[in-house]
Amino acid sequence: MFTILTHFGIYLQWLRQVFHKPEKWSMYWRETLRQMNSIGIGSLVIVGIISIFIGAVTAVQFAYQMQESIIPRYYVGYIVRDMTIIELAPTFSCMLLAGKVGSNLAAELGGMRQKEHIDAMEIMGVNTAAYLVQPKIIAALFVVPMLVCVGAFISVIGGYIAVVPTGWFSHAEYIRGLRSFFEPYNVWMMFVKAFVFAFILTTVSCYQGYFVKGGSIELGDASTRAVVYSNILILSADYVIAMLMT
Amino acid sequence: MIKAVNIFKNFGDQHVLNDVSCEFEQGKANLIIGRSGAGKTVLLKILIGLIHPTSGKVWYDDVDFYALEKQPMRALRMQIGMLFQGSALFDSMNVQDNIRFPLDMFSTMTRKEKNKRVDYCLDRVNLAGTNNKFPSELSGGMQKRVGIARAIVLNPKYLFCDEPNSGLDPKTAMVIDELIYSITKENNIITVINTHDMNSVMEIGDNIILLHEGQLAWKGNKEEVLTTRNEILEGFIFASPFLQKLRKKMVEH
Repeated sequence: MFTILTHFGIYLQWLRQVFHKPEKWSMYWRETLRQMNSIGIGSLVIVGIISIFIGAVTAVQFAYQMQESIIPRYYVGYIVRDMTIIELAPTFSCMLLAGKVGSNLAAELGGMRQKEHIDAMEIMGVNTAAYLVQPKIIAALFVVPMLVCVGAFISVIGGYIAVVPTGWFSHAEYIRGLRSFFEPYNVWMMFVKAFVFAFILTTVSCYQGYFVKGGSIELGDASTRAVVYSNILILSADYVIAMLMT
Repeated sequence: MIKAVNIFKNFGDQHVLNDVSCEFEQGKANLIIGRSGAGKTVLLKILIGLIHPTSGKVWYDDVDFYALEKQPMRALRMQIGMLFQGSALFDSMNVQDNIRFPLDMFSTMTRKEKNKRVDYCLDRVNLAGTNNKFPSELSGGMQKRVGIARAIVLNPKYLFCDEPNSGLDPKTAMVIDELIYSITKENNIITVINTHDMNSVMEIGDNIILLHEGQLAWKGNKEEVLTTRNEILEGFIFASPFLQKLRKKMVEH
């Protein structure tokens, strides 16, 4: 418990350093764009692929549950849409990103620490916590909600592909479901979740990488911790947001 | 002048530095020598603030380094150039971007001026024309030279070199030594070099301190090294049987 509190204290102090005023805006801006490309474009395909399956599985499972029930058939579209928007797109996508982007960020910063790149920048007078981490966080805060949004859209298409061409439901039923009971608030909740999860996955992963000590085994451990802790915290935050916003 | 006063450093129960006090003078190559594990790198890192001492002070002229707030410390660090043992070049950047990085971050120069300064520094370390190469395409010696070019690009007042010759053949090591020495003299800067290379000691050791088991064991210069009667220094310099015989003959003559 004491260790957790110690790490939390260091994490908070480190965040203060991270959100320090940049030495030079143009350098930070360039780095932020690079990270946006890396996190956003680099993760688009994988988010797209898992989103198709998330939608497809949700639709198929719901179709299975609906068999011989009195629930209107068009609910399949409604359920896929809301399940995706409220929960599956932000949570699954961000857990996936914690694995892909989080481990990458931890390894990148950990490698820089081990090769003395961070020390070299510190000696130059660079606030390394700010320069190396702030652009990653800002890039993720912009790009991850967009990815989640795209993921949600693809999931809905995935659900359609899984149940309409296979003949389980008609096109009209699925589309009617999609158009029913739409609550714009749910989209707002999706963006809140995406925003919070993006912050968690980048800061936790960067924290693990930035303070890595030792050799390649420790770097591997840090990378693993980045993914595991990010996922646990994402799910915990998911619960808190669900409690607060529903 | 840089002064370290009563520096102690413990890592848990391990006492790495034990009451080390020393001075590093302007316009001179100041060498920290000693066996592996003697505390050289720790002392060097304490001098530049990468490791905090358990107790003791470091003075840059009249400035108490560890009493500085973060911002003034960063400002002081901008006057420090550092060559790391592994060069610490950024892998994802080419030579030009590596050297230009401090300029991009801190200077108000135009792009053209920056590139001109980079070309000058590259020329100074005899690597003109390698601007577009990546660190992985360079030899160890070339990487060290790029590291030196990056260290001097902001015209530092203080230059620190952590084992600049490690992993280099004797001839390349001499080239690096000469380069560091000539830069020190040309710019009249304070250069602190951490080394256990005896060629460096004999070639460029204007001021030398010997660390032994975390304590200051000897100080002097390259001329005094050969004539000293300090047992620890003798044991360090004339470590091999061949050098011991040579030493014996020198004393006999």
